[in-house]
Amino acid sequence: MRAVIAEDSVLLRVGLVKVLEMGGFQVVAEVGDAPSLLAAVEQHRPELALVDVRMPPAFTDEGVRAALEIRRSRPGTAVVLLSQYVEERYAADLLSADTSGVGYLLKQRVADVTEFVETVRRVAAGGTALDPQVVAQLLLRRSSDPLERLTPRERDVLALMAEGHSNTGIAESLTIGESAVAKHINNIFAKLDLPVADTGHRRVLAVLRFLGTSQA
Amino acid sequence: MIRPGPRRPALRARRLRRDAGFLAVGVPLHLALVPVWSWAATFTARTGHWKPAFQVAAVLVVLGAPLLTAVQRVRHRAFLGVDVAPPEPDPGPWSWAVAARQVSRWLSSAQTWRQVGYHLLLGPLLAAAELLVLAAAVAGLAGATAYGWAWAVPAPGRRGWLGYATQLPCYTLAGLLLLAALPWLAGATARGESRAAAALLGPSRSQRLQRRVEHLAESRTGLIEAVDAERRRIERDLHDGTQQRLVSLAVNLGLVLATTPDLPAGARTALAEAHLEAKDAIAELNDLVRGLHPAVLEDRGLDAALSGLAARLPVPVRLRVDLDERVPPGVESVAYFVVSEALTNVTKHAGATRTEVTVEQVGPVLRVNVTDNGLGGADPSAGTGLSGLARRVGSVDGSFHVTSPVGGPTTVTAELPCAR
Repeated sequence: MRAVIAEDSVLLRVGLVKVLEMGGFQVVAEVGDAPSLLAAVEQHRPELALVDVRMPPAFTDEGVRAALEIRRSRPGTAVVLLSQYVEERYAADLLSADTSGVGYLLKQRVADVTEFVETVRRVAAGGTALDPQVVAQLLLRRSSDPLERLTPRERDVLALMAEGHSNTGIAESLTIGESAVAKHINNIFAKLDLPVADTGHRRVLAVLRFLGTSQA
Repeated sequence: MIRPGPRRPALRARRLRRDAGFLAVGVPLHLALVPVWSWAATFTARTGHWKPAFQVAAVLVVLGAPLLTAVQRVRHRAFLGVDVAPPEPDPGPWSWAVAARQVSRWLSSAQTWRQVGYHLLLGPLLAAAELLVLAAAVAGLAGATAYGWAWAVPAPGRRGWLGYATQLPCYTLAGLLLLAALPWLAGATARGESRAAAALLGPSRSQRLQRRVEHLAESRTGLIEAVDAERRRIERDLHDGTQQRLVSLAVNLGLVLATTPDLPAGARTALAEAHLEAKDAIAELNDLVRGLHPAVLEDRGLDAALSGLAARLPVPVRLRVDLDERVPPGVESVAYFVVSEALTNVTKHAGATRTEVTVEQVGPVLRVNVTDNGLGGADPSAGTGLSGLARRVGSVDGSFHVTSPVGGPTTVTAELPCAR
């Protein structure tokens, strides 16, 4: 699969290329700012764009805006955003349209190379990946109300669902059986009055929509 | 410093010339209003009606006073190098509106009446003093040089009061004494005058204090902005430099670990430890830098920035931000700092299991409240964290309270004025 990297730190860009190549991606372009990223996506039509959020000239949310632009103009392109800090506001912007093929992760997650490569593959295949810290921020906003009815275990499962993990992934993370996971998920959907959704990103969408609607 | 030796007489002479010129120019200026009121007096005497004459005189005096004051200011600066501060700050470029405002302010201020007092009442007295000093100079010169001109006085006049051996030595001595005292006399008069001018023509004490307060408020705002800019700069430097470097280091270590399966066990352990260390360093630095001035604070405001802060805490936080619109950047920055420091204290000291952060706008005040259910007993005077917070809040004229009874709960409240 072909990938484009947008990252203004040259040092880190080298590392990112190596990691993606290790994961079987072919890096067709490396750029340092948002306009060049958009041009590279138009030119190469990659399956994946790995994008830093803070880039020149203003060093605020250029990456987020570029990602939204890519998802509008080339909907088939999966986008993984990397950032030193993750912000739920940017996540909300990013997920406002469609949650499939979107990832938003802390840069330090790249250091766990094997897990990172797996996450990127999942997003490239149309999945969703949200950093646990984003999910923690989203949960923060809903600490009153229906979430109080969840048991601690169910909260863990909800968080992992929001991060974009499958039932198998959740079962592995919590070292419980898949049937137990399924039971927890049913309880969560019942307690939160969510429409029953099958697996995949429609479920993530439902969870995120529930978390996201609380925002002021 | 005045140098001893031959320069001193020259310096004294220069000073004397300066003071004498200052006093001489002062005479006509201080007598400028005399024609006005003497005309008013004669007009009254002639017609028996005092009202019209004094109304005209009052208008002339009130309108003439600022002009005279301006001339006096020039005189003080030109001769003595003394700046008599203008009582009102510079009104800015001229326009009818500005002029009208100036006139109405001029008529209603106590400043006006102090100036009128100076020119109308004190002026003639000062002119008299100036004339006395100038007369002393003339008399001194005349006396000191008596032997030089006594012969020219016609004989009949000379005989009665100019005895070459009797009166003339006395005149000469008196003249020399007068001349010797002249620099002191002129200097003292000039100093006294400039003191009177500063007191009556310059700003009053309350005006000076008010101006000082304005100046201090302005410079403090500048200082706070400079501090904020510095924090942003440090945040940016660390983000672009050290943080990227550390992430890159951790990624490279991770790559070696992932791609080299046949490492000796010892090397693998050492690498894994280094990898872990690097990731810890990233997390630690992130926490530190996050407390400085996050980009998202500027970009999306307080509400957006606080959730990132609260979510990093190992203790569950309930966050409620209730703002209709964004508050000024300086206030945002202080509010963010308060929450950041208070939450750091909670994790370090409180042993809490629950924390609540509330930010709300109550009228013209932004109220920031951080409560935890920890051990309490926090002493604002002991820890540097809390006293630093109090100072930072004070820098925007906010108030800061900590209640922390032993056994908890601890509440930190900051109220920040945020009227635009």
